[in-house]
Amino acid sequence: MSDHPHEHEHDDEHSELGPMDLRVRALESLLTEKGYIDPAALDALIDTYQTRIGPRNGARVVARAWVDQAFRDWLLRDATAAIASLGYSGRQGEHMVALENTPEQHHLVVCTLCSCYPWPVLGLPPAWYKSAPFRSRAVADPRGVLADFGVTLPDATAIRVWDSTAEVRYLVVPMRPAGSEHLGEAALAALVSRDSMIGTGLARVPGGAP
Amino acid sequence: MSYSTHADLGGQPGQGPITPEPEGTPFHADWEARALALTLAMGGTGSWNIDMSRAARETLPDYARLSYFQIWLAALQKLVEARGLASADEIASGRMQQPARPVARVLAAGAVAATLARGSPTERAVAAPARFALGDRVRMRSEIPDHHTRLPAYVRGHVGVVERLHGVHVFADAHALGLGEQPQWLYNVRFDETELWPGQARQGHTVSVDAWEPYLERA
Repeated sequence: MSDHPHEHEHDDEHSELGPMDLRVRALESLLTEKGYIDPAALDALIDTYQTRIGPRNGARVVARAWVDQAFRDWLLRDATAAIASLGYSGRQGEHMVALENTPEQHHLVVCTLCSCYPWPVLGLPPAWYKSAPFRSRAVADPRGVLADFGVTLPDATAIRVWDSTAEVRYLVVPMRPAGSEHLGEAALAALVSRDSMIGTGLARVPGGAP
Repeated sequence: MSYSTHADLGGQPGQGPITPEPEGTPFHADWEARALALTLAMGGTGSWNIDMSRAARETLPDYARLSYFQIWLAALQKLVEARGLASADEIASGRMQQPARPVARVLAAGAVAATLARGSPTERAVAAPARFALGDRVRMRSEIPDHHTRLPAYVRGHVGVVERLHGVHVFADAHALGLGEQPQWLYNVRFDETELWPGQARQGHTVSVDAWEPYLERA
């Protein structure tokens, strides 16, 4: 290549683009030219999952359940409808089940077969959720998995692992932390981390680290 | 046996630690976002269904060494080629050499929000009573099917208890094969750790899977 100045220039022109960027660009331009896709729809899809649909949605659901007993009962009875009442519905959340953590029982959600995850309330899954270590270990060694997240549960707390093997999607309702009695719904939602709604974390204590 | 999945990871030994990450963008590179959007938009053409997508991904020979969105992209290319929507040469060059084939729909930017909010519900009307009831002890079938399935290897042959009835849902195995929806009762079946991992020190946990009726037999 070094004795081929033109090719070298060509490489430099794209020096910031790696092979994956080039592969995806080539496919996008081909599928656009064929008329199968609308590139503006791709922008809208990306914007949706970067800015509109993410774990703050689920945090609002949890905070509502903490302050509103009737909503909490509805959520546990028919999560799809209760969640839709807050405006969250659709793709990868068509059939929702909410799982309430208690001192006696802690829920942990995994998808050992791929990456099934409740998109309308949590957005797209983090990289670790899709990784081989989490998918393989969650069902056999949940306490070891929790330790990787810095979470230690009492021995007396039973762990229930839910493997999302069909089209039902699970949302964990973490326990409301001590010291949060005086907080309103918005402040409570800020305590609800993404991981606490998967079961790999707990809700934050007011005034604690983010 | 010709069908081979590389995605059935539950309980596989020898895995390392998990790397937690803070909330933030779900993408680690621009191309990942484009690959996701391309996959969703092409899914919107109706050329295949989600179970066919999962089958295309889990059978990639190099699944274990690809990153997650590399898997999505490779499966997308495989499906586009398999449906005759583009040739391997076209995919490699990024240039159209043959006319397009008709597709059922094209997802327009203005339709994205409504399409996502609607989703693709899989629950169907009940046509026959459920064979199993809450509390029934059931054994998961042990034979390994020669096609896409959603029964993980780590529960095959094991006995659990029916904990929930989720209603009647599109049967992934049939749907992935292009045999229609063939809706079946879907159950949540819960297993004790000692049933699944008998040699292991107790952790005080149970595991449940969602399983269609054809996966179950009375224990």
